[in-house]
Amino acid sequence: MNPGLYNYWIVIVLMMIGFYATIARGNLIKKIIGLNIFQTSVFYLYISMGKVSGGTAPIVGDGITSYSNPLPHVLILTAIVVGVATTALGLALVVRINEAYGTIEEDDIFSQDQAS
Amino acid sequence: MTEHLPILQIIVPLISAPVCVLLRRKMLTWAFSLMVSLAVLCMAAMLLQQVLESGPISYALGNWSAPWGIEYRVDVVNAFVLLLVSIIGAVVLLYAPSSVAKEIPHDRHYLFYTAYLLCLTGLLGITITGDAFNVFVFLEISALSSYMLISLGEDRRALTAAYQYLVMGTIGATFILIGIGLMYMMTGTLNMADLSSRLPSMHGSRTILVAFAFLIVGMSLKLALFPLHMWLPNAYCYAPSVVTAFLASTATKVSIYVFLRFVFTIFGVDFAFENLSLSTFLLPLSLIGIFVASTVAIFQTDIKRLLAYSSIAQIGYIMLGVGLVSATSLTGSIVHLFNHAMMKGGLFLAVGCIMLRIGSVDLADWQGLGRRMPVTMAAFVLCGLSLIGVPMTVGFVSKWYLILAALEQGLWPVALLVLMSSLLAVIYIWRVVETAYFQAPADGAAKVKEAPFLMQVSMWILTGATLFFGVSTSLTVGVAQRAAEWLLGGSQ
Repeated sequence: MNPGLYNYWIVIVLMMIGFYATIARGNLIKKIIGLNIFQTSVFYLYISMGKVSGGTAPIVGDGITSYSNPLPHVLILTAIVVGVATTALGLALVVRINEAYGTIEEDDIFSQDQAS
Repeated sequence: MTEHLPILQIIVPLISAPVCVLLRRKMLTWAFSLMVSLAVLCMAAMLLQQVLESGPISYALGNWSAPWGIEYRVDVVNAFVLLLVSIIGAVVLLYAPSSVAKEIPHDRHYLFYTAYLLCLTGLLGITITGDAFNVFVFLEISALSSYMLISLGEDRRALTAAYQYLVMGTIGATFILIGIGLMYMMTGTLNMADLSSRLPSMHGSRTILVAFAFLIVGMSLKLALFPLHMWLPNAYCYAPSVVTAFLASTATKVSIYVFLRFVFTIFGVDFAFENLSLSTFLLPLSLIGIFVASTVAIFQTDIKRLLAYSSIAQIGYIMLGVGLVSATSLTGSIVHLFNHAMMKGGLFLAVGCIMLRIGSVDLADWQGLGRRMPVTMAAFVLCGLSLIGVPMTVGFVSKWYLILAALEQGLWPVALLVLMSSLLAVIYIWRVVETAYFQAPADGAAKVKEAPFLMQVSMWILTGATLFFGVSTSLTVGVAQRAAEWLLGGSQ
């Protein structure tokens, strides 16, 4: 395995864990956790691509010639905000679902809907 | 002033949304958001006129010129979509107050208008921007506010529908984010014009292939291409009527625009359709989508759900035109984008009027409705005829171009299938017509009035549009033709 691609392997593993949890879990909170892991893996992807080997933090100073690309970091700050908003809204919906159905298990909600 | 129109188009509704929270009073927030949406409509009309007269407009945000700063770029394609979104935005708001009063708790009205304006901002932003990452940000603004709008539905199933849409929508948006990231990795730019000039030299790259795959799947999820449509029926079915009418005519349309923009402008026809033969994947999926969704629609008893499945079928027609890749087929697609928004908007507004008066969208409760609410049912039938594609309605115009395009390429089975699928639309519209006109009202059915004046007006604006643009096609088809040529020409 090429050590240079180490970050990307982590990204893929995290992405798959998150994606699997979102699809396979029946608990609505666990789905949101899965979604969070999935989104976080994409944040890692962006941060990794901004790294320039041997580069420092992008701050102007004497003798600094090579620095990492700051743009992906800025982009991902926006994406993190979006992720937080999505999580908050998702959890708020789960609270309302719990009030309305008395459960947050997908199967129970489904059977209640079928019964009504 | 006029040179700042592109940014005002976004900033005005964006700033107005929090103002709604401060105003709080029900009618005040409504009047205010209606004013804002009318202003947005005027701006969109002026932009389209400018573009038609003097070509694409480029606007550098904060005066940071293009590749460094964010660029807003208006050409024929997105000026047309902007106009479409703002027409629907204004008409649906005009319709809103009585329907909202009936279906949404009174203490949440101002939040409804806030979310509505945010959703409008997001949809307009996706359309106007010339920056790939900006597309993602606006996509999430519109998506988050639409999850909230859907969850306002009366039925508790609205909550689960909104949750399901949230999960699917976030997966779709994250896929788009991954695609954009991989493109940035290879090209070092996010500006769409820059991307389209740098990508052709790296068409063999596996990273670009993966980026393309992620983008296509993400966008297909957003635009509800069969079989990624699972979130749509519940979301449309349990959302408040106003929200359904607004989302059904704008949200998926804007996602289709994003698809056109990425595939045609950024990746280019050569890459997408010749190297990767995207058509072999789009054509069967859209045809299967048309047939499966229309067939499922026939068996629905809930009218909102019936229309939701019909929407999936209509998206199939639009993507069929995209898959055929010719000037005629793209004209058909873009015209259908507009036409479908008009007729489905009209249908959902009619359903909203009926919901207001009889409180049910179940087919069984619609018995004899043709006599009880003749004006509303007339609008429903006219828009329904348009959905089938009867001559003199807009549905005919777009299907005509699609069939013409299929025949041009010698794909007569496709043309035949489009005709046959129209018969399925005849069946599901006929079921509603039969119940409403040929069955007597149930015994003891209370006498009902027609819906309030403003609701009638906006419903008839859209119904009138389906008839007007079905006869006078110079505006819609004319612009769509130029847009199609622009999309195909921009890539050569």
